Amino acid sequence: MFDTNELVLNMGPQHPSTHGVLRVILRLDGEKVVDADVVIGYLHRGIEKLSENRNWTQIILLTDRMDYVAAATNNVGYCETVEKLMSIEVPRRAKYVRTILCELQRIASHCLWVGTHAMDIGAMTVFLYAFRERELILDLFEEFCGARLTYNSMRIGGLPLDIPPGWDKKVLEFCAIMDAKIDEYEELLTHNRIWLERTKGIGVISGPAAVALGLSGPPLRGSGVPRDVRKDEPYAAYDEMQFDVPVGTAGDTYDRYLVRMEEFRQSLRIVRQATEGLPEGPIVGKVPRLIKPPAGETYHAIESPKGELGYFIVSDGKSTNPYRFRVRPPSFCNLQGLRTLCKGHLVADVVALIGSLDVVLGEVDR
Amino acid sequence: MADAPPPSDKPTASAAPAAPAHVPKAAVPTGPSDPPPPADLAPPAFLAALQAAVPGSVAHVSYWLGDWTLVVPAALLLQTAQHLRDGADAAFDFCSDVTATDWPPRAEGRFDVIYCLYSTRLRHRVRLKVILGEQQPLASVTSIWPAADWLEREVYDMFGVGFTGHPDRRRILMPEDWQGFPQRKDYPLEGPGELLMENPIDWLKLRQSRDQADIE
Repeated sequence: MFDTNELVLNMGPQHPSTHGVLRVILRLDGEKVVDADVVIGYLHRGIEKLSENRNWTQIILLTDRMDYVAAATNNVGYCETVEKLMSIEVPRRAKYVRTILCELQRIASHCLWVGTHAMDIGAMTVFLYAFRERELILDLFEEFCGARLTYNSMRIGGLPLDIPPGWDKKVLEFCAIMDAKIDEYEELLTHNRIWLERTKGIGVISGPAAVALGLSGPPLRGSGVPRDVRKDEPYAAYDEMQFDVPVGTAGDTYDRYLVRMEEFRQSLRIVRQATEGLPEGPIVGKVPRLIKPPAGETYHAIESPKGELGYFIVSDGKSTNPYRFRVRPPSFCNLQGLRTLCKGHLVADVVALIGSLDVVLGEVDR
Repeated sequence: MADAPPPSDKPTASAAPAAPAHVPKAAVPTGPSDPPPPADLAPPAFLAALQAAVPGSVAHVSYWLGDWTLVVPAALLLQTAQHLRDGADAAFDFCSDVTATDWPPRAEGRFDVIYCLYSTRLRHRVRLKVILGEQQPLASVTSIWPAADWLEREVYDMFGVGFTGHPDRRRILMPEDWQGFPQRKDYPLEGPGELLMENPIDWLKLRQSRDQADIE
């Protein structure tokens, strides 16, 4: 099996382009990747086990620590799952604010992605540009809940507090700024010859193969499968929003890039609609003082910036903590595809592929 | 070796008094109730075809909060999964999650292995559930859904469920030489970790000093 011409190269766990502590053991023939073994677990903190020993409200803050660049999305997913278990009706205003926060998170997460992905490939400028805009979103979040990274910004049944006065106006101002900035990123990359050479035809995967491999989110849509939890199984206020689901055709790194760029625009469209149509009313539904869902189990999925984020929670109906708490992390399932994607490509393309899958190791390892 | 010491009972400082550090064995329930569907609710279309194609494949049907769950005998899992993926009115081509739950005192078997399936064409979901004994192996579904590869590795890593026919059965999140299976209910919340492996006497001293601090 070990041919004398093959070289085993260890990439990571500490490597600037693995986006965290990810280790890839590459088996190379010259500079071509013959096989890759992806080693994870360096950031495993046992969030699932911990959650089974905390009460229902304390878990919200643990979910922040999974996908820490889109913490509010994790909060929404968890709270909605518990609300489903307890059959709590969430007021419309809370649903709208959740939608706004989720979409702002998607833009922030994609900003981080476009910056780091471009920097991995060698376009340094985009990183500085994208982080400039991400900063604006972090400011909005700071004004809303006081935190800039781990927000703890949801409560079971609704929101911890109403939006501050004038916040919605600031969100709309941000949308106006962001519109022009997306064009700026695209000007730098979309027709850039180096960018095209580095991303076109790299890591091609067909639609059926992507589905079988369990990819979700932009990597799946880049292969032309119109699957989006926001459309297929609407949650929060997405059933009242008008937006399109962009899909790619070729299923390569470039198409995954194009899909995310279009998602920027669609997210802005949703943020605008939700902010302009924000209904008045209460922000928390009827929630009992002691949260103790009836016995049973359920699975609820939402569309996080990375893909399908699912929670499978079992309640025994007796204790104040979940009996089983399971997260279906989109980054974990997407990273699984890396081995298939990088076979036959060069070592430099592995870097581009890790970037195009957009994984957050905090979520992969939990 | 690592799961040999008795679980520590004291709650950590951050835990609320209502949440004990571990669930005492006597309080562990014997499994979810899996309520049957209401009589006036029509079962999903693929169910009749499945029962005809693979007789005995569905031991129990459950419906709760809009989710359908099928309890499948372990021996028929592969055939059932194959039919659910390829059947025209099922078409569950997307395996979104494989996980397990641990119910130690249950007579029928200790683990529930759960498969969350989705169809990208028909846009519906179903959950499969296999009840499994502690030493009982289970056929791997990686040949049907390649997506299950890492997910099954995680179930093995966390619960010790042995999958047969899995291409790469190694631990995934925990170190390769780890002892014990962390997500089992009898695994202590506060494990000895590397300290026990390297220096058991130090670990005992540390525990004693913590217990004393707790009493004071």
